[in-house]
Amino acid sequence: MTIGIVSAAYISAAVLFILSLGGLSGQESAKRAVWYGIVGMALAVIATIFGPGVGSWFVVTLTIGGGAVLGSYVAGRVQMTEMPQLVAALHSFVGLAAVFIGFNTHIEAWRVGGMDEGMRAALDGFAGIVAHKTPIELGIMKVEVFLGVFIGAVTFTGSIVAFGKLAGRVDGKAKKLPGGHYLNAAAAILSLIMLLMYANGGETWTLIVMTALALFIGYHLIMGIGGADMPVVVSMLNSYSGWAAAAIGFTLGNDLLIVTGALVGSSGAILSYIMCKAMNRSFVSVILGGFGTTTGPTMEIVGEQVAIDAEGVASALNEAESIVIVPGYGMAVAQAQQAVSELTRRLRAEGKDVRFAIHPVAGRLPGHMNVLLAEAKVPYDIVLEMDEINEDFPKTDVVIVIGSNDIVNPAAQDDPNSPIAGMPVLEVWKAKQVFVSKRGQGTGYSGIENSLFFKENTRMFYGDAKVSLEKLVGFW
Amino acid sequence: MKFGALKERAENEARVAMTPESARAIQKLGYECFIETGAGLASGISDEAYRSAGATVLASADAVFQAADVIGKVRPPEIDEVSQLSQGKTLISFIYPAQNRELLDAASASGANVVAMDMVPRISRAQKMDALSSMANIAGYRAVIEASNNFGRFFTGQVTAAGKVPPAKVLIVGAGVAGLAAIGTATSLGAITFAFDVRPEVAEQIESMGAQFVYLDFAEQQDGATTGGYAAPSSPEFREKQLQKFRELAPDMDIVITTALIPGRDAPKLWLADMVARMKPGSVVVDLAAERGGNCELTIPDRRIVSDNDVIVIGYTDFPSRMAAQSSILYSNNIRHMLADLTPGKDGKVVHNMDDDVIRGATVTKDGDITYPPPPPKVQAIAVQKPREKVKEPTLEEKKARDAATFKAQTRNQGFLLLIGTALLLLVGVYAPSSFMSHLVVFALSCFVGFQVIWNVSHSLHTPLMAVTNAVSGIVILGALLQIGSAHWLVETLAAFSLLVATINIVGGFFVTRRMLAMFQKS
Repeated sequence: MTIGIVSAAYISAAVLFILSLGGLSGQESAKRAVWYGIVGMALAVIATIFGPGVGSWFVVTLTIGGGAVLGSYVAGRVQMTEMPQLVAALHSFVGLAAVFIGFNTHIEAWRVGGMDEGMRAALDGFAGIVAHKTPIELGIMKVEVFLGVFIGAVTFTGSIVAFGKLAGRVDGKAKKLPGGHYLNAAAAILSLIMLLMYANGGETWTLIVMTALALFIGYHLIMGIGGADMPVVVSMLNSYSGWAAAAIGFTLGNDLLIVTGALVGSSGAILSYIMCKAMNRSFVSVILGGFGTTTGPTMEIVGEQVAIDAEGVASALNEAESIVIVPGYGMAVAQAQQAVSELTRRLRAEGKDVRFAIHPVAGRLPGHMNVLLAEAKVPYDIVLEMDEINEDFPKTDVVIVIGSNDIVNPAAQDDPNSPIAGMPVLEVWKAKQVFVSKRGQGTGYSGIENSLFFKENTRMFYGDAKVSLEKLVGFW
Repeated sequence: MKFGALKERAENEARVAMTPESARAIQKLGYECFIETGAGLASGISDEAYRSAGATVLASADAVFQAADVIGKVRPPEIDEVSQLSQGKTLISFIYPAQNRELLDAASASGANVVAMDMVPRISRAQKMDALSSMANIAGYRAVIEASNNFGRFFTGQVTAAGKVPPAKVLIVGAGVAGLAAIGTATSLGAITFAFDVRPEVAEQIESMGAQFVYLDFAEQQDGATTGGYAAPSSPEFREKQLQKFRELAPDMDIVITTALIPGRDAPKLWLADMVARMKPGSVVVDLAAERGGNCELTIPDRRIVSDNDVIVIGYTDFPSRMAAQSSILYSNNIRHMLADLTPGKDGKVVHNMDDDVIRGATVTKDGDITYPPPPPKVQAIAVQKPREKVKEPTLEEKKARDAATFKAQTRNQGFLLLIGTALLLLVGVYAPSSFMSHLVVFALSCFVGFQVIWNVSHSLHTPLMAVTNAVSGIVILGALLQIGSAHWLVETLAAFSLLVATINIVGGFFVTRRMLAMFQKS
């Protein structure tokens, strides 16, 4: 294939990727959109393989074949509750690949640098591209390599830690080494010094030191962020993996890589922004970990938590006409989505209006709850966003809160001194009756008491969410 | 332990302290239940019904006193009943300790623990055992029913073939629990309802029940929060103003229901003889405060009288008892909740925890000591009213000006950002070679397209979005592909490895996205 054909294939691929992301605006068009992405990717890979300058057919076939088998095996087996882990793990792969490709470029440039004019002219493929660069272009390339490796390395260890936290293999609490964020800052400054040295002298060790520093930053940064902030972290890493790809694209002079990297990078950035907005926190405060400082004593909560048994909830549901279910991370932990779906089906069969209210940061991944409910065959048209359903709560008979806490805390609106003051929340307390399915009397991620549990119209339905809901299902 | 309920001795008292339903619940707390024979008859509950609920029916009150450790009653016991109690026994009943000093002395002499249902503090945790409220609710309802029974006309206005009927006008004085219940009942019967209370903060509750709040323009207003949610005596000036208002209203009202009580005092006289005289013949005054002397000057407790101008004044004191079936259910539930609080282990053992606000407040004698009056509860009954600041509605011009200002600020911001961006790009352009600039153009445009496209992605598809962008970011595979032909062994190895992980990423990402999207189904 000539360069022209390859470029044409790249343009088509870029357009297909844009259409693929754009198609995710609706559930039905999304089913088509994913095929755009697949076709675009196939087009790009095939054009590159058959394009100029690619050799080692055997290795290429073997690795791509092996990767495809492994990829489909993992993706076919993963549970929907494990989605956040999978996404984090996949991010780490992109990061790792970016680091390797950056190093390759460096090695190639070093090798080419040692050749004389005649040998350079004879080079083709990637070495040829490097060989034909002017000194200024080589200087820019070094910065690009450096950036690509840096972002890639941060993404790699960051994603691995995020994976560990989401999979429960690493303690989900925020942990920092002594020195905290000063360590990160020091590492970042050192990296900057390495960049200057690398761009001027080009010693290999500076690149290696920087890689080690970046790996540390990724690890330490994400270790310092708590479990419930993971939606932001995962979106941020998503964004980084995109920027890493774009940096590689600059290095290789490949526009498709740049376009795709930029698309992914901006997508992740927007998701992080949406998540932060939903918690009323700045991106920096999430990344630095911990909640904002309080300005005064928080409001005292009066009342008591009144428990109720399954029978009580069932009779209230029987009398209710409109029901809203608010799922949270607790539902995913208890794997209760099937029981929730079954309950929904039976209540709907009775002619009741059952809907779901999803807070943007419910769960550990943007849109996590939607996927879990979809998996359990809850129709997506009764699953509503916070803004769509918030004003309906005063007209709702019964709200069932399953495993969510901070996102339904009235303190966000009532108490200006609360750490979560100003965070948009689901106004479930305005409903006639609220049942909260919860394991025990603990507090939520932010560590603050939830005054919802003490309200007069709230009843606490203690116990494992799955067991509790299965008990409820038994009443119909 | 054993719980026993007595038959009420007082004349015209039809309620009973235990129903078969509450007996079942009390047994779940670990108690055995006993009941005096015939105790429930006046409420329509046979001995047989008690037996089938697992309670033992005893032949006499003496037998119940002998058998039971905890005794439930409705009305305050007589002295001779109290003397049958002994150390270690508990009596739960209405006591009215302020008015029944002798009874208190007798109770303390017996050494028994006495819990007064009328002394349960008004905190939200104790609402389930607030018998005063549950009885007041019934009284309020019944007051309207009695009024209707004595009133010769419809409550609701009707236009019939035979002629037009105007709706009845009802005035409720005192919007406590009874007053609010009366408002609800009168409104649902179709009457036009007015309500008055000295505590302005109840206006919202009054209006929520469907009545009009009779507003009194007076500077000094009461705050019910400082008195545990009850009304306090008002100043003479205020009272004068209030009576003035009532005089104005009297000729219009068909029904007046007065429920004004001040804790520990005689009922204030609010509906004076001259107001009754101004009312239309056939009108009805129901005085729920009759037991404490009445709000109406003409009231005679326990009697229905007719005034000179044919206004009926009802001073019954036994409204709850007149709906004994209902009252018994609610009262027995109050008792059951009190027992539940006294039995934290649900093991049938009374733990008389004097550190508990509710139990402390309700206990009037304990182990031979009189513990009335209790210290004020630690938790305040009602949160202190915060003065509400009114948010000023912006006028149209202000709105317009604000919109214009934000628009200007936005424009300025955007312009500023564009300027900085362009300047930066120009700066880069001066130094960077053209090949780099062309890539930068592609990059900038792609970021722009990305931002535009991603904002439209539905929130519910954020997880698929992440998975698909993940797969797409596997595009770094192109880099690996371009490098794999290298002559250097390390480059070749690293590229091969990159190829492998990038492929996993692409295939895994797309596969899982497809799986997820296939699950989204419409109902």
